[in-house]
Amino acid sequence: MNAMVQEKDKVATATATGNSAIQRTPEYYRLKADAEDFYYRESDLLDERRFREWLDILADDIVYFMPIRRNVKFGQHAARENTKQGEGMSWFDEDKWTLSKRVDQILTGVHYAEEPLSRITHMVSNVQIKAVRPDLDKPSELEVTSRFLLYQNRVEYETYTFVGRRNDTIRITESGWKVARREILLEQNILLAKNLTMFF
Amino acid sequence: MPQNEFDKLVDIDKGFVSREIFVDSDVYKEELSKVFTRAWLMVGHESLIPNPGDFFTSRMGEESVILCRDKKGEIHVFLNSCRHRGMKVCRYESGNTSLFTCPYHSWTYTTDGKLQGVPLYKTLYDGVLDREANSLVSVAKLHNYKGSIWATWDKDAPDFLTYLGDAKIHLDQALDCRDGREGGSEVIGVHKWVFPANWKFAAENFLGDTYHNPSHRSVDLIGIGPSAAAGKKGRRDDELEKAQHVWISFPQGHGVHSALQPEANEYIESFMDNPILEEYFRHCFEERKKRLGENAKLLPFVGTIFPNTSYHGRQPRGLCAWHPHSPTSTEGWRFFLVDKDAPTEAKDYLRRYYMRYSGPAGMTEQDDMENWLYATAASTGTIARRYPFNYQQSMGAYTTDHQLGGQVSLQITEQIARGFYNRWASYMRNAGWDELLGASAQNRQAAE
Repeated sequence: MNAMVQEKDKVATATATGNSAIQRTPEYYRLKADAEDFYYRESDLLDERRFREWLDILADDIVYFMPIRRNVKFGQHAARENTKQGEGMSWFDEDKWTLSKRVDQILTGVHYAEEPLSRITHMVSNVQIKAVRPDLDKPSELEVTSRFLLYQNRVEYETYTFVGRRNDTIRITESGWKVARREILLEQNILLAKNLTMFF
Repeated sequence: MPQNEFDKLVDIDKGFVSREIFVDSDVYKEELSKVFTRAWLMVGHESLIPNPGDFFTSRMGEESVILCRDKKGEIHVFLNSCRHRGMKVCRYESGNTSLFTCPYHSWTYTTDGKLQGVPLYKTLYDGVLDREANSLVSVAKLHNYKGSIWATWDKDAPDFLTYLGDAKIHLDQALDCRDGREGGSEVIGVHKWVFPANWKFAAENFLGDTYHNPSHRSVDLIGIGPSAAAGKKGRRDDELEKAQHVWISFPQGHGVHSALQPEANEYIESFMDNPILEEYFRHCFEERKKRLGENAKLLPFVGTIFPNTSYHGRQPRGLCAWHPHSPTSTEGWRFFLVDKDAPTEAKDYLRRYYMRYSGPAGMTEQDDMENWLYATAASTGTIARRYPFNYQQSMGAYTTDHQLGGQVSLQITEQIARGFYNRWASYMRNAGWDELLGASAQNRQAAE
């Protein structure tokens, strides 16, 4: 338990100290380029509707979380702005089983909210590695933050733009890079879209 | 719009409802002034404001209101608008405060709505501004029903229980504990989202439009219910597989789809993905049976309390408010309910189930939203508006002498929708409360 708390604190500190947390060495930039590459490939899988292949780059114990963002008084943001993973209602607080069900549903061909399929483009930017475990020379787990812009065009006239931040934990395994945890911070309070049928 | 125009738009006897009432901006404006200023509307739940000074901003019709518990513990609902220049006095979703301070000119209001602070009161208002008359505008009536908070702007409106009528025992099924104790629910979160469809599509969907079942085929094929991992298909456990389903239209415009368990009223295996939950819900079922006896045979499915409050009674469980935004746009709010004293494991399972089922990210309801959007969009055209929607399903297939009251149908029916739009037309004609409560309909039946 104690070790877990310490581990969490370390991550929190790394995030709080921002760019100064990891020295910008050639090894850092090499790893960052790999991370960007990983995200570009992930975007391809999603935008090309290769949903089953996308599931393969998610760790079996993935936590996929999109909180609801709330309008709170100044000073309360840390405590109350976002709904919390593991308690109450969020937009998504999912495991791999649920995400697989979402893929299965789209692939039935009769999920009318995605039939006909939407046209979607994911753009990922501002990629930064905030922590590397155990170290840069032999990385096995990364904390990576990024921004996303997701454009959806549905049937004829429906368009939605989702913009926000992603805080990922990426695990480097023998079978490739896997998303082990993803927190998606959509910059909206009341959802300005009728549906969230897409993956972020 | 001439009063009798609404009877042309809603022809219950022939089973037609004009598309105009789903798309026309004049009809929409009249709805806001004639329906949403008179009917009882659900604004929230007491569990959202447990402590003195707690507030939760809500909506009634298009307008922002503050649901607030004052320092003495009394609950209020106020229009969220300063009496001076109208600025919203609260732009937080929830919180705790001792004062609502208007950002514009700094008038302040206490948690019971009274105007307290007026800058330069003595100099600029000669110290005589009537504070009492400049309190936040309060609703005319408010009722805390088993934790759910309802309000109306009409001082002549009947009390809430009269308004609810025989729909009461059905709404109870959503608000009471799973083991039959009264009340005891809490809200574990609220979804809010905007979708491009008329609000009545959502209200009607929950009235008991069981006919739209095929639109959920995808989720039924893959299975997302509480026994899905154990191999059961469908979007929920079929707890009602042996029950007689009933579809009831109530004279106040409410409608429900409930079910009556057979005489034996045996527990149907559910929540098979988790043995602890299976045992817990089996226990609740047996306790409820012991506590309620014969009355335990009634189980809920869905319902709408006129005009825009809906509920889901069991799997999933919650209250919805369909807030009008424009003729073709609605803000959906879903309040998710659990028993306050349910085990942590049950609460955790339920919230996960609610998330995968409900709202804009819910695998079931996404398909509803798609239908409501394109039904609205395809009804705006000049030609389309000439052709009313067909509501001729199960015409006359109901009884009025059933123990549950109202018009009870034992088959899927649009009688509930016909009743809803008939009552909607009464509001649009500025009918008196006798008619709005269906008194004339009952008298007519009695005369016949």
